[in-house]
Amino acid sequence: MFKKAPFIILSVVIFFVLFAPFVTEKDPLSIDLDRIKLAPSIDSPFGTDSKGRDVFARVLYGGRISLGVAFTASAISLIIGFSAGLISGYFSGWIDNLLMAFVDLILSFPSLLLAIGISVLLPPNVFTVMFAISFVGWASFARLIRGEVYKIKEISYVDAARSLGCGHLRIIVRHILPQCLPLGLVLTGLKFGGYILTEASLSFLGLGPQPPSPSWGSMISENRAYILSEPWMVFFPGLAITVSALCFNLIGDYLQEKFGLRQDFIKK
Amino acid sequence: MLRYLLKKIFILFALLAGITFLTFSLIKALPGDPALGLIGKHAEEEDLKRIRKELGVDRPFFVQYFGYIGLLAKGEFGRSYYTNREVMDDIVQKLPNTMKLALLAMLIATVSGVFLGFMAGIKKDSILDKTVSTLAVTGLSMPVFWSGLLLILLFSLKLRYLPPSGTGGLRFMILPAVTLALPALAVIARVTRASVIEVCELPFVKVLDAKGLRRTRINVIHILKNILIPLITIVGLDFGSYLNGAVLTETIFGWDGIGRFIMEGIIKRDYPVIMGCIVTGTFIFVSINSVVDILYHYVDPRVSVYGKSV
Repeated sequence: MFKKAPFIILSVVIFFVLFAPFVTEKDPLSIDLDRIKLAPSIDSPFGTDSKGRDVFARVLYGGRISLGVAFTASAISLIIGFSAGLISGYFSGWIDNLLMAFVDLILSFPSLLLAIGISVLLPPNVFTVMFAISFVGWASFARLIRGEVYKIKEISYVDAARSLGCGHLRIIVRHILPQCLPLGLVLTGLKFGGYILTEASLSFLGLGPQPPSPSWGSMISENRAYILSEPWMVFFPGLAITVSALCFNLIGDYLQEKFGLRQDFIKK
Repeated sequence: MLRYLLKKIFILFALLAGITFLTFSLIKALPGDPALGLIGKHAEEEDLKRIRKELGVDRPFFVQYFGYIGLLAKGEFGRSYYTNREVMDDIVQKLPNTMKLALLAMLIATVSGVFLGFMAGIKKDSILDKTVSTLAVTGLSMPVFWSGLLLILLFSLKLRYLPPSGTGGLRFMILPAVTLALPALAVIARVTRASVIEVCELPFVKVLDAKGLRRTRINVIHILKNILIPLITIVGLDFGSYLNGAVLTETIFGWDGIGRFIMEGIIKRDYPVIMGCIVTGTFIFVSINSVVDILYHYVDPRVSVYGKSV
């Protein structure tokens, strides 16, 4: 029962975010100066912000950006990380050394600082944030997949495939890749929550989507000044971030346990 | 030992060269003109040219890059585009503030994280364990800028115990340090718990139990000793999370440290400031990782760091 909770909560959140126009008829962008700073009520469950915009609607529509960015970024990280990890692990030699030197360069750096560094150089928008997160994110995938490939390629069925005349590409794609998928799944689960937080941090710092388009992080920074008088403007976007990240972290833990991977193995 | 240190120092410099090269190439490859940022869109072309010359950004890429490396070799970071102050001086002045905050946060995170994780681990599946595990994963999922704002709301605005922002003594440090400590605390508690559970299943614990040692003695002396390696790894390696967190925490709490400095630099596109902070951050981060590697050897003499290929 407890194990299913994150799946259920997350489904509800994703459903609300995807079908936002059907959940609320409010427009997240429409400014209504007659209805500013209203406390949460039945009409607007999360209250309204300093420009009279409905916070509930903004959280829902903002979720499209926040979750969408995290989703795209993890898909990109996964694809690049898998490709690099497979190539590095399968061919070893100089290409392995080169790729892993690059991976170490990225991993040796505090991730958020690197993402900030990249976002600074590009115009602040959604794609910049996706790029920054994926640029940092693929490295840990690559490193762990490479380790897994090293183990798998020693198994005799890979030799068998080779002696039957399979090419490198076929061996990698048909014989090694499927064995790495569970690890990829667990990693994605574990990293996704972090991507949501990174996206939120970058938006909070003003490096992500620009106003008026809502994103959870930027809603918090926009309304920081009202924390004492109208705390709901800051509380609910933050709650949305926490709940989504929490669900993904719990799912990640669950997958890790299910596939029997050790925690310190994932950490490194 | 000496060889190991030399190797580490070599890696550190290679890494710094790599990071500066990467950042430099990105700055050059991407659109954006610091001169334009400095005097605005309506500037005359001649003024722009003059300022580009003053800043030295009109020179070819490799001249600029090696110029910067030369500057680094002299222990300088160049001057800020905006204040014209030596970036090094500002960093020297602000770094102690960041370090104070990070160390206090580290202390809070380590002590409470180890304590909670340990208690949860030795009483696996108890109510305490479930509470700690749930709290830890929640702590991992909260954005620091949100938990920081909630702490400000509670402790400085509602209860009025602590100041909401500013740089100063211990009273000013508590809220930002706690905020900074939360994610690290969560990670440390989780790792401690997992390690304790693993060690508890080892045969030597059963032997000690059978020998009739008191349970507290086994826990405190024997189990704690055996989880030191993963603990040092996580406490040391997680130092990056304080550097990450410093940017957000210092921005929220108005703390005059490196994190806020780089953020101001970023907003103003003040490249010498950004580069200076990034180089400083990398330097600290890599140095700490090396110290952690050496510590391994003292904690567990079986680990030989000197012969290990790094």
